[in-house]
Amino acid sequence: MAYRAHVIISGDPQQAQPVTVALLDEIGLLGLSNEIEVLAATDLTVATPSIEAIVYPDGVHYRDLTPDNARLVATEHLLKGRPVQNLMVQEQAVEPLDEPSTKEVRVVLRNVGVINPESIDDYIAQDGYAALGKVLTEMTPDGVLAELKTSALRGRGGAGFPAWMKWTFARNAPGDQKYVVCNGDEGDPGAFMNRRVLEGDPHSVLEGMAIAAYVIGATQGYLYVRAEYPIAIRTLRVAIEQAREYGLLGKDIFGTGFCFDLEVRMGAGAFVCGEETALMESVQGNRGQPRTRPPFPATSGLWGKPTNINNVETYANVPQILLNGGAWFAAMGTEKSKGTKTFAIAGKVKRTGLIEVPLGITVREIVYDVGGGVLNDKAFKAVQTGGPLGGCIPEKHLDMPVDYESLASVGSAMGSGGFIVMDEETCMVDMARFFMEFAQEESCGKCVPCRVGTRKMLDILEAICAGKGKPGDIEALETLGRSVKIGSLCGLGQGAPNPVLSMIENFREEYEAHIYDKRCPAKVCRALIEYKIDPETCIGCTRCARNCPVNAITGIARQPHVIDPEICIRCGICAQVCPVNAVSVE
Amino acid sequence: MEDVLATTDGIIDVHGADQEALVEILREVNEVSGHLSREQMQRIASRLSLPLSKVYSVASFYSLISLEPLGKHVVRFCQDAPCHVVGGQQVWEALEHELGIPFGATSLDGEWSLLTTSCIGACAVGPVMMVDSDIHGNLDPQKVREIIARYRGEERSGGIV
Repeated sequence: MAYRAHVIISGDPQQAQPVTVALLDEIGLLGLSNEIEVLAATDLTVATPSIEAIVYPDGVHYRDLTPDNARLVATEHLLKGRPVQNLMVQEQAVEPLDEPSTKEVRVVLRNVGVINPESIDDYIAQDGYAALGKVLTEMTPDGVLAELKTSALRGRGGAGFPAWMKWTFARNAPGDQKYVVCNGDEGDPGAFMNRRVLEGDPHSVLEGMAIAAYVIGATQGYLYVRAEYPIAIRTLRVAIEQAREYGLLGKDIFGTGFCFDLEVRMGAGAFVCGEETALMESVQGNRGQPRTRPPFPATSGLWGKPTNINNVETYANVPQILLNGGAWFAAMGTEKSKGTKTFAIAGKVKRTGLIEVPLGITVREIVYDVGGGVLNDKAFKAVQTGGPLGGCIPEKHLDMPVDYESLASVGSAMGSGGFIVMDEETCMVDMARFFMEFAQEESCGKCVPCRVGTRKMLDILEAICAGKGKPGDIEALETLGRSVKIGSLCGLGQGAPNPVLSMIENFREEYEAHIYDKRCPAKVCRALIEYKIDPETCIGCTRCARNCPVNAITGIARQPHVIDPEICIRCGICAQVCPVNAVSVE
Repeated sequence: MEDVLATTDGIIDVHGADQEALVEILREVNEVSGHLSREQMQRIASRLSLPLSKVYSVASFYSLISLEPLGKHVVRFCQDAPCHVVGGQQVWEALEHELGIPFGATSLDGEWSLLTTSCIGACAVGPVMMVDSDIHGNLDPQKVREIIARYRGEERSGGIV
């Protein structure tokens, strides 16, 4: 069918979906379904993080689309032929940004945004399932392991354990039934790399899992994906169905007699389920609480059977390694950390979004070359990697290479790929309190060091932020932190003190300022700051007084206004609405 | 009540009356009914041949499963670090103020529930919140007021706002 016009919607799929649905609905209501085709492009260049659309053949470019104004575009532009001026991209309105960095190398993300994720043919056209075919028809399991060993691929879930060793343990473990599991419970705040792989190139993960199954001798696999990723789950289910139809999953794959099938399991909202043994408990229908290790999953995993578990990114690397050879993969990266890694850049940086870079790239290159630098050109303070279980990298380590060992050596961690940039306006005590609150809430409660230790650490941090810190608090945090790390059962408790410990190590003076001077240098902690209106600058427009939620601001129109510090709750709305920047923080 | 239990039975039939499917069954029943009642948990326990205490222990573990009835609209605000760094605190307070309820609560008229969510992976456009199943990003206090007003307006459409 020939269409009169095409609308290409781009942007993050989770945000774009309601816009697409609204647009399709309106097009249907207007009776234009046979004339206009709506296509989705999962654009990765997120220079302007909004939902955008281009209408062809006109070439009109819309931005900041919501379901409501998508309907407007349908009635005005698509039906009546009148482009909606105020939604169009204005040249001067777009912040000029440099070209995307050439320092990126896409292996895992090579198909994301390029192919239609719901078409197995698209994936096959990009050499999809060629690696599985090669493995099943030409290679022995030991041959695959040798290639993986050459590649030196390490687990991308954070711990960095060599994939070939994990697979070997599961292969050598005795057992009539074995399982392959993919950890898609990407719960680290600020990390959404795996979501985009699952949404954009699901077959690469299925293929990697099938290869792992062949190597260890498994016939059944489970993909555990958090329920917060509905589009990833839908895409995966479509992909599995298509792979079954093509005989790439199921019985007698490629006519070799090899059988392997997959099932998607959804989480129900528990961060700790990203821990491998907790995940398996959840798959079995239990509370997601970690098990004591050993035994490790390779010998006793799902239902006590030998199980290989890797994360999404690890599996997605496997087909590429087997097609191009382990040596090709090992040519990228550093001596001990090979290949590429995806990161989700967020926080105070100009270009937020998803990137893939060779390991060994410096922190500076990621922040400034790939990320475009600190937002509003403020001063760089630190980067948090490894999420709530990682640590911060201060300015003095900006030129440090990003690899497993270097990050660990400064008290941080690779983690799954969160990369949160913090600037001079970020308070390191507040951040530590924040991460500890997260860990405390997500602690499953099974072991005492984590359950009680995180609570005690949080209490101290909350007191410091509230201006009630006392001498000895910093030392208490350090002692407690070490105990929680040593004593906890799983990675959550062992990692929970990391943000606090690394922030104390690198920004001790900020902690001291809070405790001894009752001062928050970044002007964030409410109890230690005060909002003031400069009477010289204030024009008496009354806007702040009208917007103040607690009526703490008084003054007559066209006269300088005053904030009552006793009533003020330090919400900062007055500073946001002031047209002349007369409100300052002290 | 009979309807609710019939729905519960239907969901169990789809997944099979296996302990293995417990998390999926609980999540789906919760999704359809808005929350999990004691009667529903009892039905699930008897169908799966599990003690009620086991069903309760699993149901109470996961944050997406609610044991209390929620409001007509559910706001889930992302409380994680990337959203916090870019001004989440102000948005958080604006939400409490706008809806007149603290976090974790449901308004007395049953219209709104204000909850937090773990990271929904939309960090590039933080601060982020979900209202029912819609994701709203790049929030600030002003935008929060507008969005909430829009959901309120929908219900009053036709009337005088």
